[in-house]
Amino acid sequence: MGKRDTSFDSRYAMQVAARAAAAIFGGYALAAMTTAALARWLPLSRVEAVMTAMLSSFAIYATVAIVAFAVSRWWRIWLYLAIVGVPLGLALAFIGRRVAS
Amino acid sequence: MKGGLRQSMAWLHTWTGLLVGWLLLAIFMTGTSAYFQDEITRWMQPEIHGERDPVAAAEGIVARLGEHEPGAASWSMMLPGKRAIATTAYWQDADSGRGSWRDNSFTVDGTGHRVEARGTLGGFFLYRMHFDLHYLPVMWARWIVGFCAMFMLVAIISGVITHKKIFTDFFTLRLGKGQRSWLDAHNLSAVLALPFHAMITYTGLVTLASMYMPWGVAAVYKDRAEYFADAFGIETTPERSGVAASMAPIGEMIRKAREQWHGADPGYIDISIPGDANATVRMMRGGGEAMGARGQTLIFDAATGHLHTPPAEKGAAFETESVMVGLHAGRYAPIALRWFYFLCGLGGTAMVATGLVLWTSKRRLQLPDPERPHIGFRLVERLNIATIAGLPVGIATHFLANRLLPSTMADRADWEVHCLFIAWGAVLLYGCLRRVRRAWVETLTLAAAAFLAVPIVNAITTDRGLWSSLREGDLVFVGFDLAMLALSATFGYIAWKVHRRPAVPVRKPRASREVAA
Repeated sequence: MGKRDTSFDSRYAMQVAARAAAAIFGGYALAAMTTAALARWLPLSRVEAVMTAMLSSFAIYATVAIVAFAVSRWWRIWLYLAIVGVPLGLALAFIGRRVAS
Repeated sequence: MKGGLRQSMAWLHTWTGLLVGWLLLAIFMTGTSAYFQDEITRWMQPEIHGERDPVAAAEGIVARLGEHEPGAASWSMMLPGKRAIATTAYWQDADSGRGSWRDNSFTVDGTGHRVEARGTLGGFFLYRMHFDLHYLPVMWARWIVGFCAMFMLVAIISGVITHKKIFTDFFTLRLGKGQRSWLDAHNLSAVLALPFHAMITYTGLVTLASMYMPWGVAAVYKDRAEYFADAFGIETTPERSGVAASMAPIGEMIRKAREQWHGADPGYIDISIPGDANATVRMMRGGGEAMGARGQTLIFDAATGHLHTPPAEKGAAFETESVMVGLHAGRYAPIALRWFYFLCGLGGTAMVATGLVLWTSKRRLQLPDPERPHIGFRLVERLNIATIAGLPVGIATHFLANRLLPSTMADRADWEVHCLFIAWGAVLLYGCLRRVRRAWVETLTLAAAAFLAVPIVNAITTDRGLWSSLREGDLVFVGFDLAMLALSATFGYIAWKVHRRPAVPVRKPRASREVAA
């Protein structure tokens, strides 16, 4: 992080908080939605799809956390989360659960 | 973030590692001990001798419970794996809700006879502390541990991205160079066992995945019960018929199960409504019998010994999960691989510890006034002492308490555990009162002394001291005592190194230009 003087830099603190919130809460939300989507739409038996989704979820969570701190501007991670998350959320809300077991 | 990708990742690595570092250290340390859980249990129950024999144990338990608890709702037993001897039996009273674990359980040895061993949780306590912590509701603890594991995963990934010279660092350890040496030690312990660290963190999350990530189940099932029925088969509790029937020999059922499992032993057996004509016997394959941790469950009719049709083979994803959990717990590992697991675990513990020390050693040079560091720096310094020296003191005290608390003491097993936390808390307080350097030297010396005391107290209070174990070729007791001596020597050596180190770190002109870690 290099040297920083000891006075409190509120703009810096805010952007760290924005990234951390995206990583912790945004990451969990996206992992949860992806897990639900994979469980619902993977072409596997229902129980296998659920397990496959669950096993992948932590990799998705970790990826979001890394990207949250890798992007050059703090709001970009929120933009990316919205681009992926909103359509996914809509699909989960409006395309029903699968019938096949 | 400021600077390029590598700087951002270095920053992320530093802070994810620091925030959960102390808890991670405790998780790594107790988890590492759990690879020798069975051996620790054997050491903590010195009254139990002999060889294991699951069939004799199961027969002895069924005979004993048949005599004393014929009307129970269920009988169950945790059979010993290959490295253990004792079996714990438990019964549930018919009017369930009554009868605690303590009142309703007993221990038998390899011959199936009840033994009066001292009240202890054995190695099981440190294993459970690894993910259930203590003095906290279990669900909270597991969420906290999962949160730490997720930080750890992010710290590993960002640590690898930060690293320019991952291969060179494999061979680099410059000793006696202050901050540079801590960085080298941190890199070495991290890079050397990197596949282990990545595996252990991810598979650790997987062990509790259905709790952390229930959203897949929620998306396709009515409720969790429906999912579990789909995943593990429907197991209905049998109805009482009211007709009494004696039980077919349990040994014969175990032999059938072994046949079904290509020779593997059951690890857990429970018998529902024993003595009734409708009673059933459930057997789960032992955890250490194959790489996959989740073994098959077989069901028998208790009265006839007839084996129900075994459940279908698992699908690929479930098999993967089973192997991931198996890889994490390492129950399948034979002795050489087990030691390798243990060393990797120690490497992980060292990685977290050196990372925590590196944080202070890096920043001490940049403090405006090294004599009066700011509150955050002081907090990290003291917490480092409390966990790196304090938890080992606590664990050694836990072992000492096992030998020193009177065997008739009420709630003895609980007090063994309280002793761990009392000693740990005492070191935390002590470390805050002394000057930092003195605190390090003294608490590390205390850890060395406490571990040294374990084999000595063992030799005094039991007839299974190091000499007699050596004479009898009892490798478990020899191994435990030697491990204590090795830990004592390690802490003693570190204390001596800290004591001899020059009081004021030499400020090097290039120090501030070094890459953050």
